[in-house]
Amino acid sequence: MNSRWNYRDLYYQALRIRMVEEEIIKIYSSDKVQSPVHLSIGQEAVAVGLCAVLTEQDMLFSTYRSHAFYLAKGGDLKQMMAELFGRLDGCCSGKGGSMHLSFPQVGFMGTSAVVASGIPNAVGAAFAEKMLGRGNLTLAVFGDGATEEGVYHESLNFASLHRLPIIFICENNQFAVHSRQHERQSYSLRKHVEAYAIETHHISQGFDFCEVASAFSDICNDFKESPRPIFIEVDTCRYMEHVGTGEDFYGGYRSAAEQAEWKRQDPLIKDEALKAELAPQIAIEINESIAFAEASPLPSYADVLKHVL
Amino acid sequence: MAKMNLLQAVNHALQTAMEADEKVLVFGEDVGHFGGVFRATSHLQEKFGKTRCFNTPLTEQGIVGFANGLASQGHKPVAEIQFADYIYPAFDQIVNETAKARYRSGGQFECGNLTIRAPYGGGIAGGHYHSQSPESFFTHVPGIRVVIPRGPYQAKGLLLSAINSPDPVIFFEPKRLYRAAVGEVPEESYQLPLGIAEVLREGTDISLVAWGAQVEVIVKAADMAAEKGISCEVIDLQSLLPWDLETVATSVTKTGRLLINHEAPVTSGFGAEIAASIQQECFLSLEAPISRVCGLDTPFPLAHEKLYMPDHLKTFDAIVACVNY
Ligand SMILES: Cc1ncc(C[n+]2csc(CCOP(=O)(O)OP(=O)(O)O)c2C)c(N)n1
Ligand SMILES: [Mg+2]
Repeated sequence: MNSRWNYRDLYYQALRIRMVEEEIIKIYSSDKVQSPVHLSIGQEAVAVGLCAVLTEQDMLFSTYRSHAFYLAKGGDLKQMMAELFGRLDGCCSGKGGSMHLSFPQVGFMGTSAVVASGIPNAVGAAFAEKMLGRGNLTLAVFGDGATEEGVYHESLNFASLHRLPIIFICENNQFAVHSRQHERQSYSLRKHVEAYAIETHHISQGFDFCEVASAFSDICNDFKESPRPIFIEVDTCRYMEHVGTGEDFYGGYRSAAEQAEWKRQDPLIKDEALKAELAPQIAIEINESIAFAEASPLPSYADVLKHVL
Repeated sequence: MAKMNLLQAVNHALQTAMEADEKVLVFGEDVGHFGGVFRATSHLQEKFGKTRCFNTPLTEQGIVGFANGLASQGHKPVAEIQFADYIYPAFDQIVNETAKARYRSGGQFECGNLTIRAPYGGGIAGGHYHSQSPESFFTHVPGIRVVIPRGPYQAKGLLLSAINSPDPVIFFEPKRLYRAAVGEVPEESYQLPLGIAEVLREGTDISLVAWGAQVEVIVKAADMAAEKGISCEVIDLQSLLPWDLETVATSVTKTGRLLINHEAPVTSGFGAEIAASIQQECFLSLEAPISRVCGLDTPFPLAHEKLYMPDHLKTFDAIVACVNY
């Protein structure tokens, strides 16, 4: 096992993300959070496992479901909370909100609510990285649904054509809002990518941060030897509704039983002892972040006009 | 008559159109079993089956492209773009294919049967990409119609006209009124004319023009102005392309003043087109510069919708300034 992580550390990070989002659920009805939220609960291990392998110089582009990757990559929690509250001390000066977190100091390069629109941006950044010869990784993280958008295909082609140093990460939670993957896609994700002469990998145990980290670490070691586009599909499961703070079994498009298998294996549920040990400390940090957000001023009229040109 | 909100009126129009003509197809992201993120297409798949109401992949350019092809072969597609903010990936298809098919083929082909529905506008604290009002981009495209209803009655009547129109129509629905606007709607089929504005209230001192969700804003401002003895004529434009210049010009010739209100940023918003045309038509009748009360020239902000929005208070202030010019 890589010495840079161990079960306990990764557990701590995954639990921290889950507890942050559980807190968001609790306070959401107060309307302090200034936009809809897309929660990653159930998917934390993907972000934690991948980011355990990355350095702050590696650039990661992600989506509106951004809290987990933001925190796992090292984004500041206080500034995230303030951002969700639309406050001046937020990581984007209160201008981005939950769906558009960014923290470039640690290589969290931003997120967009527009499905798939970040993928070509990551490809462009990888192109720059290649020309600059810095040897850092660029990651494009997106959902299974994003692969249906035209620009995803354009991105794969271009990345392959120029052999860009980019890793495409598809977090496959099987759903785009309420539609299942097989209702939307005629292709097999990885076979399709291989048609662009891009190497693919599959991590099926997306609930297991250690497994994600070691599989990804092997891939990255190989990547460092020979930088090239690589595609990794990680299976995962979103526990909450697509957007919002509730569950979504009411819609009748998926059942609780379907999730039960994932939950049964989820270390954050299974390992109650470690949770009991670590949770109090995390709770303190979360409370501090909320106090920080509440104390931060809302942007003024002049602030609203700033950053346009 | 039945009491419906705007969403139910849209749903009712779709159902009516699908019953009347089996060529009418409804598709988009999650519109099937689930009935769309706002439930505008609820129960349509149940009633009409999966060939006539179906989910598409996440592919906006594709949705409009496929719809163009279907329309050119005689179907009447009603394509849903989940939010107007996501119409941009389909922009090429709309501008270069939908709008130009008839013209460039000298009338041999067209996409006239196409209707594209998209919820637009702010008011739901949706942030940057669930709030935009992109109508003016489309008013710059000869070959399509742009239509925006202000309430349930208009939504049903205008949507039925759009679906049955021989021209492609972009139909923007004011999402903040989806559940908020409730009114009497006939249960039978009816159509309201496209390209025609409606004078909601007659007045003598100033003409107020808006569309969609901003109509209730100018009505509110007109009420405030009435208390100060200012008589406002209130016009809902309803269609932006082509638009009813005659109704607005007749009104401004009478009142001598014009205020335009829209939610989109002021610069190059559709208000600019109205102002330019009205100064041309009504130059000698104008007693004050034409006033525009619009969204700020910023991306749609996250925490400060209130500052951004051209609300009734800003509108009232502008009415007073215009009348006292
Ligand atoms: C271009 C565009 N079309 C539609 C939407 C609405 N929308 C938001 S998320 C989403 C589903 C995306 O699914 P997936 O890529 O699998 O990501 P997940 O939400 O499952 O993480 C859709 C359709 C959007 N945001 N952008
Ligand atoms: Mg998904």
